[in-house]
Amino acid sequence: MIKSDFWRAFVRNKGAVLGLVILIAIVVLAAFASVFFPGDPWEMATAPFQPPLSEDALLGSDMLGRDIASGIAHGARVSLLIGLTSTAAALAIGVTLGALAGFHGGKVDDAIMRFTELFQTIPNFVLAVVLVAIFTPSLTTIVAAIAIVSWPPLARLARAEFLSLRSREFVQAAITTGQSNTTIILRQILPNSLSPIIVSASLMVATAILLESSLSFLGLGDPNAMSWGYMIGAARTVIRQAWWMSVFPGLAIVLTVLALNLVGEGLNDALNPKLARSRG
Amino acid sequence: MLGFARLFASRLVKAAAILIAIVVMNFFLVHAAPGDPAMVMAGEAGAADEKFVAQLREQFGLDRPLYEQLGTYVGKIVQGDLGFSYRQQRPVWDILAERLPATLVLTLTAFLLALAAGVALGTLAAVAVGTWADSAITVIALLAYATPIYWIGLMLSLLFSIQLGWLPAFGYETIGAGYTGLAHVADVAVHLILPVITLALFYMAGYARLTRASMLEVRGLDFVKTAKAKGLTQSRIVTRHVLRNAILPVITVAGIQAGQLVGGSILIETVFAWPGIGRLAFEAVLQRDYQVLLGIFLVTSIMVILFNILTDILYGLVDPRIQVSQ
Repeated sequence: MIKSDFWRAFVRNKGAVLGLVILIAIVVLAAFASVFFPGDPWEMATAPFQPPLSEDALLGSDMLGRDIASGIAHGARVSLLIGLTSTAAALAIGVTLGALAGFHGGKVDDAIMRFTELFQTIPNFVLAVVLVAIFTPSLTTIVAAIAIVSWPPLARLARAEFLSLRSREFVQAAITTGQSNTTIILRQILPNSLSPIIVSASLMVATAILLESSLSFLGLGDPNAMSWGYMIGAARTVIRQAWWMSVFPGLAIVLTVLALNLVGEGLNDALNPKLARSRG
Repeated sequence: MLGFARLFASRLVKAAAILIAIVVMNFFLVHAAPGDPAMVMAGEAGAADEKFVAQLREQFGLDRPLYEQLGTYVGKIVQGDLGFSYRQQRPVWDILAERLPATLVLTLTAFLLALAAGVALGTLAAVAVGTWADSAITVIALLAYATPIYWIGLMLSLLFSIQLGWLPAFGYETIGAGYTGLAHVADVAVHLILPVITLALFYMAGYARLTRASMLEVRGLDFVKTAKAKGLTQSRIVTRHVLRNAILPVITVAGIQAGQLVGGSILIETVFAWPGIGRLAFEAVLQRDYQVLLGIFLVTSIMVILFNILTDILYGLVDPRIQVSQ
């Protein structure tokens, strides 16, 4: 019942459907990257500087003869993987802090919000660059750095939800029946505050992918993982001679991030129907 | 005016607290950075024996307890000493000071352009709600949100400098042209166009969306109906009544996003070889020059705090309620 309502609201948003279709295509491309493009994307596949639509490189080859199309397919894996895991990590930090602040209020709330404000003031991309550079680039450090710079909005959101739900009757009832704070937070309030958190999380995956691509553009990507940002960064100096090396990976990023943003808006319409309708 | 002064003072206190926290954080990052400064110095001096390293450690207080080192560090920062870059053999502050003006010009221009153009486009979309202009602005905003700014920069330079040859692709001025006075300013301004537009585009999209939503909300409020009933002209209602109130949340968000704008300048300066601290950050990453990188972290954080104060002042100037209490 709820599910079919959800779908009906989601499908009403044409952009969201388009986004979902693109997203599924990218997930398939990532999942079957080694089937579509067997072999190492770092290996020389053809002659260097092949333009697009050449015989053995549909999207052309780069200055070392690596296949651009293969790089994009394998790069999709890295982007999606980092986008999802770093969002999960940011959710863990942000929702925990926000829940504690909103539930306890008072001094705990004050302290946590000051801490959040500090992290919102720090230029987050600069901090991510510093963290990855100091702790050497790898998938783990990149995920950790992205999570560390992106949790504050989630904390604010979770805090606002917890603050408003805390005074509702069902929570008061749970308190009088003597349930522990942990139970109330996890079993009573959290399930009821999930929809806005899910919407922001879906948008955060998009931001995380942009952040990862920016880091690898600067040469701070995992040296063993082919990524879209790395491809653009490496091709930057030869853009005059070979536009395709930077254009196609860039389009891949735009499509992925756009699809995620559209799906996020669709989720918003479907999960917060009142808000969507009042927005007209 | 009193309310504004009080608000401003409380913001300054807050800014100072945040600054102290950032300095402490920077200290711990300096400690986490690989490479013992004593070892590096010994390496530079060409003598790496135990005794010499220990002597250096004592001389620079590296054998002291952590809190004592923190005290020394804070003391140095207060005096403007941000450490020493062993790679460049120069004090970090000297390197940064040389690059700072270029970054300030770039980020300030982009910030003001994003705010002005974003509010203008958002107002246009709100006034023309439901028309093609509104949809066009919404679609552009959606695209700008999904595109990595360094890639926009590359594409714009591919189009406007490489294909069309209208604008310089990189740099701060024409090398070897030797312009002076107004000609020099014009030369720098031409070089500034692409980096500023690239940096501003993303934020402009966000402010346009926000202005549109905020104006549509304010438009339905009672005081706007009153203004209409008084028989004021449409343009006067939009500019004096709706926009003035609708712009407040935009300024708040602009202040919050200042940090991202400053961070984005690393990418933009890298793409356009703009000789500011963003480009310096890229070079420091390549050379693994952690002292310079941490100096940049501190200086950009201070820049964000200054941007926040600037937006507070803007807010105070625009907010109609503060005028009323005068």
